[in-house]
Amino acid sequence: MPDPAGATPATDPGSPMLAIRGLQAWYGESHVLHGVDVDVRPGEVVTLLGRNGAGKSTTLKAVMGIVPRRSGSIRIEGRETIRMRPYRISRCGVAFCPEDRGIYATLSVLENLELPPRVRSGGLGTDAILDLFPNLRERLRSAGTKLSGGEQQMLAIGRILRTGARLLLLDEPTEGLAPSIIHQIGNTIHRLKEQGYTILLVEQNVRFAMTVADRYFVLDQGQVVATHDRLSFERNFDSLMARLGV
Amino acid sequence: MDIFGVPIQAMMGQLMLGIVNGSFYAVLSLGLAIIFGVLKIVNFAHGAFFMLGAFVAFLSGRYLGLDYWAALFLAPLIVACIGMAFEYLFLRRLYGLDPIYGLLLTFSLVLVLEGGFRVAFGSSGQPYPTPEALRGTINLGFMILPIYRAFVVVAAVTMCLATWYMIERTRLGSSLRAATERPDLTQAFGINVPLLVTLTYGGGVGLAAFAGVLAAPIFHVNPSMGSNLVIIIFAVVVIGGLGSIVGAIVTGLALGIVEGFTRVFYSEFSSTVVFLVMVAVLLLRPAGLFGRTEG
Repeated sequence: MPDPAGATPATDPGSPMLAIRGLQAWYGESHVLHGVDVDVRPGEVVTLLGRNGAGKSTTLKAVMGIVPRRSGSIRIEGRETIRMRPYRISRCGVAFCPEDRGIYATLSVLENLELPPRVRSGGLGTDAILDLFPNLRERLRSAGTKLSGGEQQMLAIGRILRTGARLLLLDEPTEGLAPSIIHQIGNTIHRLKEQGYTILLVEQNVRFAMTVADRYFVLDQGQVVATHDRLSFERNFDSLMARLGV
Repeated sequence: MDIFGVPIQAMMGQLMLGIVNGSFYAVLSLGLAIIFGVLKIVNFAHGAFFMLGAFVAFLSGRYLGLDYWAALFLAPLIVACIGMAFEYLFLRRLYGLDPIYGLLLTFSLVLVLEGGFRVAFGSSGQPYPTPEALRGTINLGFMILPIYRAFVVVAAVTMCLATWYMIERTRLGSSLRAATERPDLTQAFGINVPLLVTLTYGGGVGLAAFAGVLAAPIFHVNPSMGSNLVIIIFAVVVIGGLGSIVGAIVTGLALGIVEGFTRVFYSEFSSTVVFLVMVAVLLLRPAGLFGRTEG
């Protein structure tokens, strides 16, 4: 077990980019996460799988600090964030793309794109993001929510690349999209991975997840019930599918 | 020359009065709309902050020798600071609760402020001199235009446009709109939403104080000067559409003018007409004239 508080965690390949330990979360009276443990190492794509309501999205929201109540430990590049205020957490170098894409109706496409502040150097400029998603270029003045679902998803992923965060949390980026768009999003995730981004992905679309993921955590009733690498995931594919109810 | 039997001089005079009142409505309802948009709090104390602005101008003139121009600049800042302290210490504890709590707390602030000033200064009102440069009138031929009233309209409209520009066209404004629409997500992007909320409250009540200073030379500075206005302001915000910036500005000015004309033709009716418009708008467009219906 590497010391998560090490001085140069990001450069040590063994030390996790994100270390979640005993994470519990509540929405009001309902106790949603019951001690989640997840590690994500630098440069990895890790996928959270599980049935609806297993706590996948809540885990991502809890990392960002936007659940009403949470406890346990969440270290980002070795820094404990469990007691940080939400707007400080992203400054530790993590960015979040929510399930509903979180495009603001009252902001233009350009304003949506330029909303997240830079948290560290190395973020993409507006032009670089538009090169990545050229469809957005002609629509910069329209309201964010006037875009198609696929374009909104590209905007949602594109805008978190400007922050300079190297750890990206993506919540169901393929949900409700046409196969050609899903293919494009898959390419984008591959490209981000090649560039060394670390990605924690929530995905219902297991076949899509298999094209990008290095490791899998299976959640059930707010707990991690299994972890798999690529190999063991493929070996146990059928029993996993049964378990996930896919 | 007459229009419907009303001399044009009287008509224009009432129109001018309507535009001046409308300017106050616009600045005040703009602040109220911004605060409601971001805090989801109905700021019942808005009229009290308007009154506070006028009193800060009056007191700083009497005890510190500050002139009108200094007061026009400083009083909104001072009142904004008081508002931010109030938000930070009290109001923020009520976010997410039933809106009635916010209404009760801000209403209690009205009682405290108005009561306090009534004890200290009585309820009769203190005169505040019109700044020298703006005294007198201009004869436009069809009407006599008091210079100070024209200045009030120009200052109020300028302030409204500046606020609109700040919200709709700047980076701070886009963060503010994002915080209005999705506070949680906006925080997750690293934007300090609690600070934005505090600044918004400060800005909103600062606008009220700005209107208060503008009003000081026209109305006497008195503890209940805000209460008389605030009910109409609520009607303006409801007619314009809760939280709508453009709605608050346009509706504020328009209702001032409607009131002015009503005073010409049937003056007994002029204090009621705003509420009739409100009833009509609520029946026909429940989200207000400029409101977005939640989809």
